[in-house]
Amino acid sequence: MYDVPNTTQETVVTDVKIKAKDVQVYYGDNHAIKDVSVEIENNTVTAFIGPSGCGKSTFLRCINRMNDTIDVCRVEGDILIDGEDIYDKRIDPVQLRAKVGMVFQKPNPFPKSIYDNVAYGPKIHGMSRNKAELDDIVERALRRGAIWDEVKDRLDAPGTGLSGGQQQRLCIARAIATEPEVLLMDEPCSALDPIATAQVEELIDELRQNYAVVIVTHSMQQAARVSQKTAFFHLGNLVEYGDTPKIFTNPEDSRTESYITGRIG
Amino acid sequence: MNQEHIASAFDRDLEGIQARIMKMGGLVEQAILDSAQALETRDQELADKVRANDKTIDELEDLLNEEAARVIALRAPTAVDLRVILSVMRISANLERIGDLAKNLAKRNAVLMTMPAISGASSQLRRMSRDVQIMLKDALDAYIQRDDALARDVIERDIDVDQMYNTLFREFLTFMLEDPRNITPCMHLHFIAKNVERMGDHVTSVAEQVVFLVTGEKPDEPRKKEDVTSSDAGLSASS
Repeated sequence: MYDVPNTTQETVVTDVKIKAKDVQVYYGDNHAIKDVSVEIENNTVTAFIGPSGCGKSTFLRCINRMNDTIDVCRVEGDILIDGEDIYDKRIDPVQLRAKVGMVFQKPNPFPKSIYDNVAYGPKIHGMSRNKAELDDIVERALRRGAIWDEVKDRLDAPGTGLSGGQQQRLCIARAIATEPEVLLMDEPCSALDPIATAQVEELIDELRQNYAVVIVTHSMQQAARVSQKTAFFHLGNLVEYGDTPKIFTNPEDSRTESYITGRIG
Repeated sequence: MNQEHIASAFDRDLEGIQARIMKMGGLVEQAILDSAQALETRDQELADKVRANDKTIDELEDLLNEEAARVIALRAPTAVDLRVILSVMRISANLERIGDLAKNLAKRNAVLMTMPAISGASSQLRRMSRDVQIMLKDALDAYIQRDDALARDVIERDIDVDQMYNTLFREFLTFMLEDPRNITPCMHLHFIAKNVERMGDHVTSVAEQVVFLVTGEKPDEPRKKEDVTSSDAGLSASS
């Protein structure tokens, strides 16, 4: 597989939530993302796939400006959510990240109680006026995170005491407690067993009703299972973007085909 | 795309499956030729051989289906790999059907040998079978070489086989009208002609799988029926 010019074909996208145009990302001299333009649909799970170092996580982190925290990182081009440029100077990254939630590879609950893990975001964003309202928000988030039944009797127990799969679902509940519009997931199941993975995947499908979900995954089968759209990244280019069934049965680009069929590339 | 998989065992699985489908194809080609030759030369021994060999063809189909299921379960094939597996399953089913039709031809041979020969019929049937066998050979070559142009050519050539069948159909009708004693052998010969025509349809289906394998899409237009000789409309017109 070699670096050939990017020839991403147009993909029909209705109801655009996130629109990226000519995005370039540099880590110092390293050009990590090259000319990526993509439109991500609302109420859709979009999977980013590609070999390690292809830029998919980097691109994901651009969507909620997580790359701001890296000094040598430079982002060029436009990323718009609902038509609004998220790299505009007037945008507060903290507010942006309330709107664009993120779940990471390794479950990372705060060293606090289960309740406080979920309540933290709504509290700092002033989403509740009193304890009763906050209780409601926490319960709703835990229910949507499909973990309520398992933790409702021990909300004061530390979040770190849960199993890996429960921790990850707690983190998802925490991410959706602030009522985001977009949910970014960076390999959310790579540290989970198959049962917890299935639960999280089921959850992802439910979350799609309310959010635009973008998931980075190394598991091709997971991308095929959970997503409606798939984007294949390679060497910083967006090589192919399209409907998931098409990508996995008859991709246009030979690099996509090489990658998904497990050939040397 | 001729790159190898990172998991070389996957390549070995796919190669093994494709080698087996080629072997099956070779046996089926031979069955077509032998059954037609047995018919022309009234060779019961050869006809019996065709019937015996059909078992091997059936076993190969079972084996191929098992292997395809195993690859699906263990390797979760995608894209072109998935199409290889899907096409192998369909092609093996088509080959098995062609083998059955050849066997049926060989069975009718035993009956026909007890009756007077119908002049010219068996040599025409042999030519028709020969054409179908060459179509099958080309379809299998197209499979191995991933040559969708050759596969489309095979699909086109099925028209000729259909025309040969229509010609034979008319001839048999004439023979039967001339002399009622011809009816029994002509009915058998007609079934044989119909079977060979069906073999052509199965070969066409194999060729369609090749197009699907190479392009990921089914070939565009189904061919139009131009001759209605053997259809109901044709029958009522000629009666």
